[in-house]
Amino acid sequence: MISRGIFLGAAAASALCANAALAERGSDGQLNILYWQAVSTMNPYLSNGTKDIEGASLVLEPLARFDPEGNLVPYLVDEIPTRENGGISEDLTSITWVLSEGLLWSDGSPVTAEDVVFTWQYCTDPAGGCSQASNFAGIETVEALDARTVKVTFEKPTPYPYGAFVSVEAPVLQKAQFADCLGAKAAECTEANFNPIGTGPFVVTEFKANDVITLAANPNYRDAAKPAFANVVLKGGGDAASAARSVLETGEFDYAWNPQVEPEILAQMEAAGKGEILAAFGSLVERIHVNQTDPNPALGAERSTVGHPHPFLSDPQVVKALSLAIDREILVETGYGAGGRVTCNLIPAPEINASTNNDWCKAQDMEEAARLLDEAGWVKGGDGIRAKDGVRMSLLFQTSTSSVRQAAQALIKQWWGELGVEAELRQIDGSVFFGGDPGSPDTMQKFYADMEEFANEFSGTDPEAYLGDWVCSGIPSPETQWQGSNFSRFCEPEYDALFVELGRTAGAEARAAIIIKLNDMIVNSGAFIPLVHRGRISVKSNTLGGVDLNPWDSELWNAADWYRVKS
Amino acid sequence: MLTYTLRRLFFAIPTLLVISFLIFALLDLSPGDPTSNLPLTIPPEVREQIRQSFGLGEPFMVRYLKWLHQFSINEPLNVLEQMTGWTIGDGGRMRVISWQTRSPVVDLIAERLPQTLWVVGLSYLLGILIAVPIGVLSAWKQYSWFDQFGTFFAMVGYSVPTFFTGLVFIMIFSVHLGWLPMIYDTNLKVTDLASFWLQVKQMAMPVMVLALYNAGQISRFMRASMLDNLNQDYVRTARAKGMGESKVLLVHVLRNSLIPVVTVIAIGVPQIFGGAIITEQIFRVNGLGQLLISGIQGTDIPLVQTLTFIFAILIVLFNLIADLLYGILDPRIRYD
Repeated sequence: MISRGIFLGAAAASALCANAALAERGSDGQLNILYWQAVSTMNPYLSNGTKDIEGASLVLEPLARFDPEGNLVPYLVDEIPTRENGGISEDLTSITWVLSEGLLWSDGSPVTAEDVVFTWQYCTDPAGGCSQASNFAGIETVEALDARTVKVTFEKPTPYPYGAFVSVEAPVLQKAQFADCLGAKAAECTEANFNPIGTGPFVVTEFKANDVITLAANPNYRDAAKPAFANVVLKGGGDAASAARSVLETGEFDYAWNPQVEPEILAQMEAAGKGEILAAFGSLVERIHVNQTDPNPALGAERSTVGHPHPFLSDPQVVKALSLAIDREILVETGYGAGGRVTCNLIPAPEINASTNNDWCKAQDMEEAARLLDEAGWVKGGDGIRAKDGVRMSLLFQTSTSSVRQAAQALIKQWWGELGVEAELRQIDGSVFFGGDPGSPDTMQKFYADMEEFANEFSGTDPEAYLGDWVCSGIPSPETQWQGSNFSRFCEPEYDALFVELGRTAGAEARAAIIIKLNDMIVNSGAFIPLVHRGRISVKSNTLGGVDLNPWDSELWNAADWYRVKS
Repeated sequence: MLTYTLRRLFFAIPTLLVISFLIFALLDLSPGDPTSNLPLTIPPEVREQIRQSFGLGEPFMVRYLKWLHQFSINEPLNVLEQMTGWTIGDGGRMRVISWQTRSPVVDLIAERLPQTLWVVGLSYLLGILIAVPIGVLSAWKQYSWFDQFGTFFAMVGYSVPTFFTGLVFIMIFSVHLGWLPMIYDTNLKVTDLASFWLQVKQMAMPVMVLALYNAGQISRFMRASMLDNLNQDYVRTARAKGMGESKVLLVHVLRNSLIPVVTVIAIGVPQIFGGAIITEQIFRVNGLGQLLISGIQGTDIPLVQTLTFIFAILIVLFNLIADLLYGILDPRIRYD
């Protein structure tokens, strides 16, 4: 048993990263990681933010997760169920996972299908307030067919069934530990929430909420040669700039998460030569939503509702002109540096789903923009602002308070000004703007403005739910208590029909074709102006090896493969 | 004196009740949402379920009374149980639960208290130790070069914000010289000389920054109070009778001058528990100040309410102590 484990471990290690081929578990000492937003809990189902989910990924693992290219890789199973291998039923209503043989929890007990079933019960208990409940939506039942086989049955055919138990957001909990923590009791299980028993490379030895977490190598990790580090210290608190400094300038820490600092300052720190900046691109896009309805205050309660189309932004040609006037290269350079690149899409990644039909927006073209507006009948008046039939092209452009966004707003205002379009800028505190309080007039949903800028993304690699935000029924209105994520009030029956088709289509290629079509419809509709494809940024020390920054899953997804570079 | 103390304590109860209501209401009414830090990918229905699990579905008064009951009855009983080992009741008491960590707020505070007391408390003590001699000498040799220097020191300490001095110290001692760590290790346990030295090194910068600030403030009070007394008749009498200058200064003037300064120091003590929010944040000391900040950022309302209320209690308490100290130091003042 032992010799087989060592053999398998060595084989896997040499296959994955040749440098650490002969490493031994715990031989590389301590790994210091800094998350400037401190981790509050190790239970991702009760988390209040990304940082908790990432911290927990050192301990808890899903059945499968995404690699940096967005492909599914098996973790607690031997293969990903597909229709070809019979793992997904022909009618697309169920998926069957088979756990790998001999898996152990860090306390030495075996991992069984019951644990997987329990995880589903835990997160779907309505009184528990599970943050990841959407990953388990649409599931009718989860059952254990035998000790290693789990069958997930859906309420209706589900072509993309990899939501539950996949990715950093939906890992497997140990039933024995959380059995008494269902529903309203979830919050009372502090001991379990802070020290979960997992299958991952590390186990918590001491948890100080919102401060520091100490972890040690998991003695029962399935690969006997890993992890290379004996201990991990996951420190939190402070600010982003000094987090970057502690890795790049003083070398006190090996890895720091999300250093949100001006690109030139970060580059200056990197010049010290102690570490490097990593970037990886997922689905996050900084964009402008264009209100298709009239936000005029004179309309009273009916402002920004579908009964009143916008006087000029509902014309795609006008919005195309506004989009062409933006120099996205400059936005990237001033605001994002290595963490941004120009995009003309709503769905920028993964590669297979990214459209190349909209590349006209990549370069600024003021002449063409002016020509489009002239052609549409908007001519400059005496005050330099274009007008048509007594309507002046003057718009209110809002965003959440952030130095980068405000700088982008100012630049865009200038370009539009050159074009003869007047823009008034407005900034709203993020907790109000994103808070969704139906009583507040300043939320992104109410959209009492002509344009709004923010960033959004989808979880996992499949954008179906994300594209579903844009159907007609998703429009926020007084009738829906301003709930709904179709912020632009985009409504196209053709789009809705194609979206329904996506829900019936299986197979990556066929889905990609529809996804690209849907993406192009939104981008060319005049409801949406893409700006910057934003990446994840992290910094790591030169003495840390094996890091492969993953934009689709936890940044710490492969911490088992990290090692100390010997100089 | 005793009846006065008891009367004051009795009057503190309605004051604290009003404060608790105001704190609760202000934080409850302020905008912000506990789910606003979750990624946008989490749908509104799930957010609503999370809010319900925090008890936000109940009316305001019910939530206030629940919190007050948990804070003022259940938590003290728990502390009593832990200290004495007794069991009171069936043990199934509701505790004040933090939304961010879903763990009892009081446990979080207890975990943070040592860091804050060590770093902020020590800097306060050090600040006093620096400030008193500077204040005394500055007053004794008024307008001398030492007094000018003391004034300069106090002005710099008081007017330059700690986030600036903190960053300057980090740039000098951590980045350029590499002598001191810029990140405080809250896991460090002092067991031998080596770990003690590490503790001294990591505390050096935050303590220096805060001590400078505190010393600046207190030294001005000390100087002003000394100057008031130095011109008094009794000082002239003492000098005329041929008493040595050091005895005049340190025995007679200093003791009398300390009375208002001690009051100022006592009233400043709650600040220690409040932590030095910005300094803790810069050096990642992760004490009570950082706990408060992370609570505010994460809209962890129970945590912020409880912490703020504890600060309010401490302020009321130390105001009382300051008043009592005044009576003890100056026998002419009696409250009966």
